[in-house]
Amino acid sequence: MNVLFSELFLGALLFGAVTAAVPLLLAGLGEQISEKAGVLNIGIEGMMLLGAYTGFLGAYQSGSLWVGFACGMAGGLIAGLFMALMCVRLGFNQIVVGIGITLGLEGLTALLHHFQFSRSYPRLPAAEVWEVPLFVNIPIVGPALFAHNPVVYFAIALVMVLSLLYRRSQFGLWLQSAGDKPEALDVAGIDVYRTRTIAVLITGTLAGLGGAYLATVGAGLFIPFITNGAGFLGIVLAMLARGNPSWVLGGALIFGLCLSLTTALQVAGTNVPTDVIQMIPFLAVMLMLIAFGRRSSLPRALGIPYERGSR
Amino acid sequence: MSSVDTELDRVSRVSPVKANLTLMDMCRPLLTTFVPLLVALLIASLILLAVGVDPLAYYSYVVERGLFSPSGLQQTLTRMAPLLLLAAGLIIAFRAGIWNLGVDGQFLLGALAAAVLAPALHGVLPGWMVLTLSIMLGALTGALWSLLPAYLRAYQQVNEIVTTLMMTFLGLSLGNALVKLVFLDPATTVPQTATLPVDARLPRLFETTVSSGVLIGLVAIVVVHLVMQRTAFGLRLRVVGSNAAAARHAGLPSRKLTMIVFALSAALAGMAGAVDIVGVHGNLRADWNPAFGLLVIPMVFLARLNGFAAIVFVLLLSILSIGGESAARRLGVPSSFTLVLVAIVLLTLAVAEHVDQRWRRQRLS
Amino acid sequence: MNVSIPAADPEVSRLPAAQAPVVSLRGVTKRFPGVVASDTIDLDIHPGEVHVLLGENGAGKSTLISMLAGLVQPDEGEILLDGEPVSLSSPKDAINAGIGTVFQHSMLVPTLSVTENLLLGDRWWRRPDRASLATRVAAIVEPLGISLRLDAPAADLSLGEQQQVEIVRALLRDSRLLILDESTSMLSPSGIEELGALMRRLVSRGLAVVFISHKLNEAAAFGDRISILRLGRKVGSIGPERFRALEQDVLVAEIIEHMFDDQERGTDASVAKRLPVDLSGEPLLVVRDVSLSATDTSPALRKLDLDAWPGEIVGIAGIDGNGQKQLAELLAGQRALEGGSIHLAGQRLDGLNVGERCELGLRYLTDDRLGEGTLGEFPVSLNFFIKQIGSSPYWQHGFVRGSDIDAEARRLVKEFDVRTPSIRTPVGRLSGGNIQKVVLGRELAEGARLVVFNKPTYGLDVKNIRTIQRRMMDAAASGIGLIVISTELDELLLLCHRIAVMVDGAIVGTVSNTGESVRHDIGRLMAGVTS
Repeated sequence: MNVLFSELFLGALLFGAVTAAVPLLLAGLGEQISEKAGVLNIGIEGMMLLGAYTGFLGAYQSGSLWVGFACGMAGGLIAGLFMALMCVRLGFNQIVVGIGITLGLEGLTALLHHFQFSRSYPRLPAAEVWEVPLFVNIPIVGPALFAHNPVVYFAIALVMVLSLLYRRSQFGLWLQSAGDKPEALDVAGIDVYRTRTIAVLITGTLAGLGGAYLATVGAGLFIPFITNGAGFLGIVLAMLARGNPSWVLGGALIFGLCLSLTTALQVAGTNVPTDVIQMIPFLAVMLMLIAFGRRSSLPRALGIPYERGSR
Repeated sequence: MSSVDTELDRVSRVSPVKANLTLMDMCRPLLTTFVPLLVALLIASLILLAVGVDPLAYYSYVVERGLFSPSGLQQTLTRMAPLLLLAAGLIIAFRAGIWNLGVDGQFLLGALAAAVLAPALHGVLPGWMVLTLSIMLGALTGALWSLLPAYLRAYQQVNEIVTTLMMTFLGLSLGNALVKLVFLDPATTVPQTATLPVDARLPRLFETTVSSGVLIGLVAIVVVHLVMQRTAFGLRLRVVGSNAAAARHAGLPSRKLTMIVFALSAALAGMAGAVDIVGVHGNLRADWNPAFGLLVIPMVFLARLNGFAAIVFVLLLSILSIGGESAARRLGVPSSFTLVLVAIVLLTLAVAEHVDQRWRRQRLS
Repeated sequence: MNVSIPAADPEVSRLPAAQAPVVSLRGVTKRFPGVVASDTIDLDIHPGEVHVLLGENGAGKSTLISMLAGLVQPDEGEILLDGEPVSLSSPKDAINAGIGTVFQHSMLVPTLSVTENLLLGDRWWRRPDRASLATRVAAIVEPLGISLRLDAPAADLSLGEQQQVEIVRALLRDSRLLILDESTSMLSPSGIEELGALMRRLVSRGLAVVFISHKLNEAAAFGDRISILRLGRKVGSIGPERFRALEQDVLVAEIIEHMFDDQERGTDASVAKRLPVDLSGEPLLVVRDVSLSATDTSPALRKLDLDAWPGEIVGIAGIDGNGQKQLAELLAGQRALEGGSIHLAGQRLDGLNVGERCELGLRYLTDDRLGEGTLGEFPVSLNFFIKQIGSSPYWQHGFVRGSDIDAEARRLVKEFDVRTPSIRTPVGRLSGGNIQKVVLGRELAEGARLVVFNKPTYGLDVKNIRTIQRRMMDAAASGIGLIVISTELDELLLLCHRIAVMVDGAIVGTVSNTGESVRHDIGRLMAGVTS
C-alpha cells in the first residue's frame, strides 16, 4: 500500500494526469468556442479520432512529431469544414450531423487502421520533451509538470489567449453575440455565418490537435476508438465551464487525474480490477454534472441554425 | 411577431392553395429516398476502392449472404429482434424531444440482468416464466439506468446528450466489471456468465432458426407507433417534443412526462439486451459490446421517426450487419465499414431532404 | 376614429426648406411567395425632416425597412443614395451608406454591456475600449438630453433605454438617416413624448429620420412629412407645407381617406356597442391578494385584487413587462399562486391545472400565438384541442376519436372563418390572422365563461382586428366575462367597461370607461401620479 504514496508513484500520477488532460483540454476549449457561437458540436469525438489517425500517420511516415501535429490539425480542420458547411451554411440539424460525423469518422479511422496497421501495430518512439528551466528541478512536482511535450505548453497558453480573446476583442463580442442573439449581430453589420464558421473551424483544428497528441505522445500508437470518449468529455467540460476557458482547464485536470489514476492503479498492482478503475473518470463526470449541471448556462441560440429574417 | 405574415393574409383571402398533383409529386418520396441511397453507395464504393476492395463484390456478397441465402436470411431476421426494440425505444424518446443516446449502456445492463436471472431460475420455474421474468428484469434494469439522466433533465434542465453518453461509458465498464467479478461462470475458461441451455431460450419460429424475439420486436415497434399516433399519451409526448413553451401553455406536466419517456425508452433498450441474451446468446461474455444503438440511431432518423418506416430501415441494417460480418471473414472488410456506410447514408439523405425543401420553396414563389 | 392630436409644435414652422433627398426609392418592388409586399414605391427622404411612414399592419412598412436596412433586396427598382444608385445587400452596406435602423424589437445582445453593444460591429482589430467610447458618447448624448449607463448589462435596461442605446449606436456610426420602426409600441405616454422630442432634436441637427407607425396621432404629432402605405403601395403623401397649412381635422380626414377603404373606414361603429353590465349578481371572477415572486422578465405581483362580472369587459392597461403576462398565466393555471386566491363563480381554483380550469370555463388566449399558442407542425384540427388532450368525447379510453375531432374542427373553422386549405394543414402555414382565429376558436369554444385575452390583436391587419374585436364584444354580450390585456389604449377604450392600470406588478387604479378624461386619467396612473 505504501507503494501508492511513493515519490515515484505520485510523480508518475501527476505526469500522467497532465498528459491525459491535454486532449480533454483541447477538446473542451474547441467545443467551448463552437458553443459560444451557438453551434452544438456532437461530432467532436469523430474529429478527434480523425486527428488522431492523421496525426499518427503523419508522424509515422515522416518520423517527425511536428509533421504529425500538423497533419492532425489538418484532419480536424477538414472535419470542421464539413460540419461548418452542413450546419452553419446549410442549416442542418446539428445533432443529427454531429452523430453522423462521429459515427462516420469512427468507422473510417477503424477501417483505415485495419487496412494499414492491423498487422504491424506500429509504435512511435517516446515524444520529445521540453523542460522548463528551474521549475523542473522542484522535487516530485517538477518533472511531473514541467517536462512535457510543447503541445502541453501550447494548450495552457491557449487558455490564456482565449480568455483574452473572449473578453477583450471584437471577435470575442462577435462570438458571444452569435450565440446569444445572432440577429443582433447581423443587424450590427457582422456576418453571422462567417463568425460561426470560424468558430467551428477552430474547434476542428483543436480537436484534431488533441487527437494527434493523444495518439502520438500519449499513447505512441493508434488503435480504433482510441479517444474512448475524450471528445464527449470535452463537451461536458465546455458545458460546465460557463464560457470560461480557465474552468475548462480545471475540469480537464480533474478528469485527467482520474484517467491517470486508472493507469497508475493498474501499474501499482492493486487488486482493484481494471473495469472498476475505468469507471472512476466517468463517475467523476456524473458527480460534477449532478453538482454543477443546473448552473451551466448555455447560449440562448445554441443549436438553432441562423436564418436572416426568421422569427 | 412579424408583420410580414399580415401581408400573407391578403393572399389567403384570395384563394386557398391549390394542390397540383404532378407526376413529380408522386415520385418525390421515392426520389428523395433512393437517389441519395445510390449516391451513398457510390461514395462508399470509392472508399472501398481506396482500400483495395472491389465494391461490387462486397455489395453483392453482403446482399447474397444477408438476404438471399436461407441461413443468412434467418440470421438477419433474428438480428432484427434487438434492433427493433432499440428502434422502438429511440422513437419514443426522439419524438418527445429527448436525446436518449445512452441506449447502448441500457442495452448491456439489461442483457446482464437477463443473463444472470435466466440460468438461475432455469429448472426452478416453468420455461415461459423464466423468459418473461428475465426480459422484464432487463427492461427494469435499463429503466433504472436512465433514472439519473432523466432526473437531471426533468428537474435541473441538464442536457441529456451529455449525461446519457456518460452513463453509457459507465454502464459498459460496470457491466464488464460485474461479469468478470461477480457473475463469472466458474465452469468455463472464457470470462462469461452462466449459460442458459439452448432449449430454454426463446423458442424458434416454426421450422426456422429465427428467434421469436423478432416477433417481440415487431410488436413493440408497432405498439409504439400506434401509441404515438393514436393515443392521448402519445400526443402529449409529441407536444412536449415539439414545443416546450406550448406544452407548458397547454398545461402538460412536462417533468413527469420526461421521466416517463426516459423510463419507457430505456426499458425498451434494456429489453433489447435481454431478448438478445435469452433469444440468441444464452450468456453474456465479458468485453462484449455490439454497439447496436449507435447503428440504430441513424436508422430511426432516416425513418423520420415513423415506426413502419423504421421496420424497413432496420431490416436493411440487419442485412448489412449479417452480410457485413460474413464479408469481414471472407473479404477482409471489417465491420467498421458498416458504420461508415450508415453515416454516409444518413448524411446524403439529409442533404437530399434539404435540396427537396429548397425546391418546394422555389415552386411556391 | 378617435384621434387626439396634441397642439401643433411651434418649432415646425421654423423648419428649413427641404434639401435634396439623402435616400430615395424609385419604383422599388419586392415580392414574396404569393404576395407583393412592396409595389413600385417612390419615396424621397430629406435631411432635417421627420418622415412618417404610416400604414396599418400588412401595408408593407416592414418590408421597406428591411430593404433600407440591407436585410432584403428589392426585386425591381433602385435605391438611391445622394442621387446615385446603391446596392444594400447586407446590413453592413446599409451602415456604410449611413443608414441606421432601430427595429421594433430590441437588437441589443442582452448578455453584453451597453459599451460592448455600442461597439459591436466596429473594425475587428479595434479593442472595445470604454474610455475613448465614453468621450464620444458624451458628445452625442449631451445635446440630445439623454444619458446612458455604459457599464450596465443590456438586459437590465428598460425598453425605452434600450431604444436610446440603439439610437446612440446609429449616431456613433455617423448615420445620416435614422429609421425608427414602431418604436412607440413599448413605451408609456410620457416615454412617447420624450421620443418625439428626441426626434425633433435629431432632425434639427440635420439628420433625416424615418418614423414608422400605424398610429395616426403620433404621425400627426411628430411628423413633418407623411407617406401613407396601403397593401404594398404608396397611396398618398403629405408634404411639410401642406402639413402646416391644413387644419387638423381636415388633415386627419385626408389621412384616413388614404389609409382605409370604404369598408374599413370608421368601422369603430361596426364593433357592436357595449351592453351595460348587470352588477347586481355575484362577480364571476374574484381575485384577492394574489402574489407571485419576480421572474427575470417581470416584477413581483403584490397583493393584486381584480373582479369581473358576467358580460363585463375589464381592460388591463400598462407597459409590457409589468407583470400582466404573469397575471394571465396565474389565472390560467400555468403558474402556481404564492398567496391569495382566485375564485370562478364561487369555486376556488387553487390547485386546478390548465385543463381543469378550461373545463370550468376559464380560458387564456396568449399573446404569443406562434411561440406557445399553437404547434406549428401540427394540423389545424389538433390545435383546437391541445388543452384538452385525453378528455372525452374526443378521446375514449385514451384513444383519439379522429372523426369527432375532425367534425368539431370543421365546425370551428367555419364558425370562426379560418381560411385554411384543409383542417389537416399544419397551422404554422396559415397567415397570422388565421392562426389567431384558430386560437380564438379554441378559447371561445363551448363552455367558456371567463376569457383572458393577452394582446389579442397585436400584429394583425385592420380587417382581422375588427373581426376579433367583434367576436369579443359578441362574447361579452352572451354573458362571458372578458379580461383584456393590451398596450393599445385605443383598443381598451373601444372595448372595455372598466380599465385597470398595472404598474410594477400592482394594480394602481381602475378607471371606469366613461367620460372624456379617461385617457388622461390612465396616463396619469401609468406615470405614477395617483389622483
